[in-house]
Amino acid sequence: MRSTVAALLSKELTLEWRTRESVPAMVLFSIATYVIFHFGLDRDRITGDLASGVLWVTLLFAAILGVNRLFVAEYEQGGFDGFLLAPVDRTALLVAKALTLFVFLCIVELVAVPAFALLLLGPPLTQALPGLVLVLALANAGIAVLGTLVAGLAIQTRARDLIVPLIALPLLVPVLLAAARCATPLLQDGGAGPIPADWMAVLAIYDLLFALIAYAVFDFLLED
Amino acid sequence: MPAPDLALALRGAGRRYGDRAALRDVTLELEAGRTLVVFGPNGAGKTTLLRMLATLLRPHAGEVHVLGRPLPDDGWAVRGRIGFLGHEPLLYRELSGRENLRFHARLHRIAAARVDAVLDAVGMAARSGDPVAELSKGMIQRLAIGRAVLHEPELLLLDEPFANLDPAAAAQVAPLIGPGSGATRVVTSHDPTGGLRGADVALGLKGGRVVLLAPAAQVAPEQIAELYA
Repeated sequence: MRSTVAALLSKELTLEWRTRESVPAMVLFSIATYVIFHFGLDRDRITGDLASGVLWVTLLFAAILGVNRLFVAEYEQGGFDGFLLAPVDRTALLVAKALTLFVFLCIVELVAVPAFALLLLGPPLTQALPGLVLVLALANAGIAVLGTLVAGLAIQTRARDLIVPLIALPLLVPVLLAAARCATPLLQDGGAGPIPADWMAVLAIYDLLFALIAYAVFDFLLED
Repeated sequence: MPAPDLALALRGAGRRYGDRAALRDVTLELEAGRTLVVFGPNGAGKTTLLRMLATLLRPHAGEVHVLGRPLPDDGWAVRGRIGFLGHEPLLYRELSGRENLRFHARLHRIAAARVDAVLDAVGMAARSGDPVAELSKGMIQRLAIGRAVLHEPELLLLDEPFANLDPAAAAQVAPLIGPGSGATRVVTSHDPTGGLRGADVALGLKGGRVVLLAPAAQVAPEQIAELYA
């Protein structure tokens, strides 16, 4: 399965590099939202739980843009049929798509998180960064797996642009909640505090749970 | 269980889209290495039949055996042995022809050298670096043929394979998808004379039902033309 995942992932990244359909939109959306918060809150610096909430709500909505586009090339250009005709494990498509979304989210955050620090964050980002990277990685994994599952479900429907946020956002509430709670002590004034272990565990369990659910049901989404 | 020399064996096969029956009670057999040509007006069920044989659609009624394996249960066992050419080329527009074929070669675990050989065979080596979006329909069709035969399938399912091809291109790809390819072939066509040429069995569909099934040599082009009346 590894070589199939590698082939699919390589194709996904090449297509995104050529078309630039998802990542630039996600980045611009994130920055625009931080600018809106900057003026909407009428504050130059936010800290603690407010900073964490603004950071994660924005990243979550940006992720939805990527989820919406995740299977578009497969649907519109016959990629599903091409894949289904090959003698490969269908789980490879789930893994490759989830990895693709994970990579997209990481690239977006490379720009969006510094932009957030510049426009809104009170304390320096450097002190929060090591812990924040860990929280981002765990949250990205959960968003990527759940997002791939929902995108695979929604792509067969005509109203996929509506279906994706309607299904994904409620299911991503635990990720938002746990990631925001984890990041709150990192973004407080007076130095980053320890990340609450119980909320980190929630993130890890969420990732594992939805990875198992996606593994169990993804084949059925591809079936006629 | 069908005889081992049968590439296709359908008994009472059917397929619905919602309440509408697209194929009804299709029963036929085709020996390995033979060619079945399928005629019928638009909406007769030709594409549905091909997609069902390709394992892309599940049969909703009857029994379907492809290359000796029952569908849909054993679809996994025959996918790598089928070459499917449908109305869509199954190529990514932003990738070049070579990149598309390499991608499919990786899925089928085929050496990259085979990609070059196929590009040569379909006459697309010179334009293989161009994005598919910049190619003409005929060139895209040639690449799609290359994709379908890349893994040297035993069964070729070809939906109007010569559509968009000029006579020279059609002659160039004929050894890959024509009777000389050595594969069992199911070919849809709207050309009675050309379709019957090189075919062993002729199938006529109308409204999802079989209205003609006979050795191609015993079928006159006029009988095919009546299907479209």
